[in-house]
Amino acid sequence: MTDQGEVPPPGQGVIDAIYRAESRRVLATLIRLLGDFDLAEEALHDAFLAAMEQWPRTGVPSNPRAWLVSTGRFKAIDGLRKRARFDAAMADLADLLETESAEALAPGAELIEDDQLRLIFTCCHPALPPDARVALTLREVCGLGTEEIAHAFLLPAPTVAQRIVRAKAKIRDARIPYQVPSRPELPDRLDTVLRVIYLVFNEGYSASSGEAHTRHDLCSEAIRLGRLLVALLPDAETMGLLALMLLHESRSASRTSPMGDMILLEAQDRSRWNRPQIAEGIALVERALATRKVGPYALQAAIAALHGEATDAAATDWREIAGLYSVLYRLAPSPVVELNQAVAVAMRDGPEAGLSRIDTILARGDLADYHLIHAAKADLCRRSGRLVEAKASYVMALGLVKQGPERRYLEARLQELDQNG
Amino acid sequence: MRYLCLIYDEESLWQTRPKAEAEQLFGEYRAFTEGIQQSGHYVGGNPLQPTPTASTVRVRNGKVSTTDGPFAETKEQLGGYYLIEAKDLNDAIQVASRIPSAKTGSIEVRPIMEMK
Repeated sequence: MTDQGEVPPPGQGVIDAIYRAESRRVLATLIRLLGDFDLAEEALHDAFLAAMEQWPRTGVPSNPRAWLVSTGRFKAIDGLRKRARFDAAMADLADLLETESAEALAPGAELIEDDQLRLIFTCCHPALPPDARVALTLREVCGLGTEEIAHAFLLPAPTVAQRIVRAKAKIRDARIPYQVPSRPELPDRLDTVLRVIYLVFNEGYSASSGEAHTRHDLCSEAIRLGRLLVALLPDAETMGLLALMLLHESRSASRTSPMGDMILLEAQDRSRWNRPQIAEGIALVERALATRKVGPYALQAAIAALHGEATDAAATDWREIAGLYSVLYRLAPSPVVELNQAVAVAMRDGPEAGLSRIDTILARGDLADYHLIHAAKADLCRRSGRLVEAKASYVMALGLVKQGPERRYLEARLQELDQNG
Repeated sequence: MRYLCLIYDEESLWQTRPKAEAEQLFGEYRAFTEGIQQSGHYVGGNPLQPTPTASTVRVRNGKVSTTDGPFAETKEQLGGYYLIEAKDLNDAIQVASRIPSAKTGSIEVRPIMEMK
């Protein structure tokens, strides 16, 4: 029987919702308190088991996060004590954790947010192999299962599991600390974090091989990470990266036809672009540019924002875009940036201007096995009436392309040329 | 926690380096060593004689075999080491990044396995 005035017992749905909202934050704090990933994960699991058992009787506590943290901590220390019957070292560890974590357990909201930032920086530590950074971040920060990560990256699950196990072993054995880097280290370390997030996004946005053009879950996870990072550390590049992802994502509905074929930017139905995402992206770009400390992500976002602002392809401000690419090239010179710059110049000054830049890149021996440079060259040759060269470049691109929709796009262009010429 | 910082650099650079430059580098090493002694990171450290002085020893089927030269022929050679006491890997990386040879060669940072 229920007493009058008592909070109605929570159903499974309520606990599930709390799990989704709080489990990663609780985990991040438990890792700090317990100093060990595996111990913390076990504690998180035990804390939710306890919640499922108790909350239906007692109601949801007023601060479920704090309840879960202290229950998890208690369960972990209790578990170590039980194991201490067989291993004396466990007793010392339990005592140490009890005193240390009691001092550290001051559940201010700010501290807990710091824990998430600590977790991100630890998972993306440059001393871990790049593959492991991605897997560990998705596992620990986003809470994705090993199977899900393996599926998203087209890898066997044991490979992903092994990367995660090895990374955790290195964190423990080499003592990678659970901390936000100090000011002088921050720019380099932040760069590693942004790279991981952008890699996750790109993997979702444009799968490097296979049929699926968009693996949407990875995009939303990356955007979620981007938002978290902007909330925790609002600097020009974190805002730039979030803006860049939002602006790309805003076009996801119009990038592919119902048959799964790729639609290029200029041919996309702009009425299907996600306006709220574009508006949010543009606002972030403006905030990033206002800091006057822009980096490569903010610049790429500014370019994407110009596309987002154009009401139709013809209205695109190619002058401004070409200008931004040259700033980007000065800041982060790479042949891929040079290629993008060449395309922007072609749109501003005509195909020949772009072609000569592309030929310069190829003559240097750069990007020779990158299908997009040949596709871009083919397109510009086609526009300037050099059909034989256009065909040759489409054939080159087709020989290098790995992804189904891109392949079909290139085949269709080549077929058009064959029919018209 | 203790870490071993293994200093790898191109040995040939030491032979071709002008005297003034070598003097300066020695000075940098002295200053670095004093610095980490004062900060409490220093446990030990030594430069090594160049690789032509190295011998590699193996015992196979109870037989000792000794060969001339280092264990592996690589572009950069082990030229010295520091044993340091550091709070964690970030602290160790900070120390390693200030070793003068980090600017030209590479420093491998390895945690010591503590035996109980």
